[in-house]
Amino acid sequence: MLSNRSIKVSNKKMTFWERIYLPAIIGGMFVTFKHIFKKKATIKYPEQKRPVSDVYRGKHILKRDENGAERCTACGLCAVACPAEAISMIASERKMGEENLYREEKYASVYEINMLRCIFCGLCEEACPKEAIFLTTELVPPFLERQDFIYGKDRLVEQVDKRVDVSKRKLKHTV
Amino acid sequence: MSTLIIIKIIIILVIFAITLFIAMYSTYAERKIAAVMQDRIGPNRAGPWGILQPLADGGKMFFKEDFIPAFANKKLFIIAPGIAMFTALMTSAIIPWGGSITIWGQTFDLQVADVDIGILYILGVVSIGVYGIMIGGWASNNKYSLFGAVRSSSQMISYELAMGLSILAVIMTTGSLSLKDIVEAQDGGKWNVFYQPLACLLFIVCAFAECNRAPFDLAECESELIGGYHTEYGSMKLGFFLFAEYINMFISSAIISTLFFGGYNFPFMHDLGLSSNALTIVGTLVFFAKICFFIFFFMWVRWTLPRFRYDQLMHLGWKTLIPLAVFNLMLTGGIMLLRDLF
Repeated sequence: MLSNRSIKVSNKKMTFWERIYLPAIIGGMFVTFKHIFKKKATIKYPEQKRPVSDVYRGKHILKRDENGAERCTACGLCAVACPAEAISMIASERKMGEENLYREEKYASVYEINMLRCIFCGLCEEACPKEAIFLTTELVPPFLERQDFIYGKDRLVEQVDKRVDVSKRKLKHTV
Repeated sequence: MSTLIIIKIIIILVIFAITLFIAMYSTYAERKIAAVMQDRIGPNRAGPWGILQPLADGGKMFFKEDFIPAFANKKLFIIAPGIAMFTALMTSAIIPWGGSITIWGQTFDLQVADVDIGILYILGVVSIGVYGIMIGGWASNNKYSLFGAVRSSSQMISYELAMGLSILAVIMTTGSLSLKDIVEAQDGGKWNVFYQPLACLLFIVCAFAECNRAPFDLAECESELIGGYHTEYGSMKLGFFLFAEYINMFISSAIISTLFFGGYNFPFMHDLGLSSNALTIVGTLVFFAKICFFIFFFMWVRWTLPRFRYDQLMHLGWKTLIPLAVFNLMLTGGIMLLRDLF
């Protein structure tokens, strides 16, 4: 009684109509019959995919600038920001003649994200001062080996001929 | 005489094949109906719309390890699914699937055997059917299986009484135990369901209980007894139990249509001007349409009603259905007596 949430139970006698159950059964069967014609909730997965938001946080991408040079300067802010400690990198100095490959004098020669550790929070892209790392709507697929989940630069850096549009996620930053 | 035997053998084989085919596709229908009633899609991967699903399920069953638990009674464990299957298939022998057909100047009934005591035969075979479940549950040496077996045997015995009494009213009005005679008596839209609605209702309820179908599926109780009598079964032995259940459902639907819904009769069948053979074929198709409807009905009820509690089950059987059946019997007798008197 203290909580004032007790519910009064009604134990009234059922009428004859209720006691023979048949009207209730027929009513119930009518309900299930109606459901035959209702729209199905199923999404037939491989052929049909559930639409995701434009700002969905999926697999990461290391962006290139408009000339095709990698934006990342291996400052390590993403690795520091990462709550799951999924990011690791090795910084290197840009050599002569690599100006078209790397935007600034310092770059990440190794950049790895362990997708099993990653919680897809998006703090890395928030921390990035160079707009180099973004999360995309792409999903990380399942693998059989743990090693396969450690994504290196080969799978993270944006391909020159296959640019990924991340303008939707950028918008969020400016707001 | 020899043509008669050949025709009968053909009928037996055809009925056997149809029974297995319908039982096979009942599993598909069950899953599909369950799905659409729950706003899902159901099996749709094996073949177009998933129509090869039963074959895939059967193939899976065959390739599973045929395991017999160490403490099980081996002989009984093996024999139980066989009994279940055997009794399930036996009932189809006396169901009149259609009228008579004339080939090469000889007339044949689309029925394996027109037994004079047809209904008694059905009741007899159905009551053997419980042995498959009972022996299976007992031989498994598992408490859940035993529970399932005990529940199912007492349930079947209780509901057989009401079932027999409800059929008795039909027998009284028809004056014959032969299923053929009962169907012929319903010719011209005089279906028993209009004359014996209460008996029909009682029979359908009892048929659900005899088939161990929801809401009377206490013998299996997936949620409580993890399968009941077939908990310990695997491979095709389990397949046989499940298959026997679907065959039982098919046969029950056939018997419901035969006893109460005119069998192969349909309204205005003599006004169509069809030849006798064509009429028989159309009648058989109508009969199968009725059977399919009742199979659907069985599934429809399964996905609508929750399971009974055990005491409710016994209460319904002994205190409601049997008195109602006796009342119906006396009412039928009284009306027949009055009709004779005046």
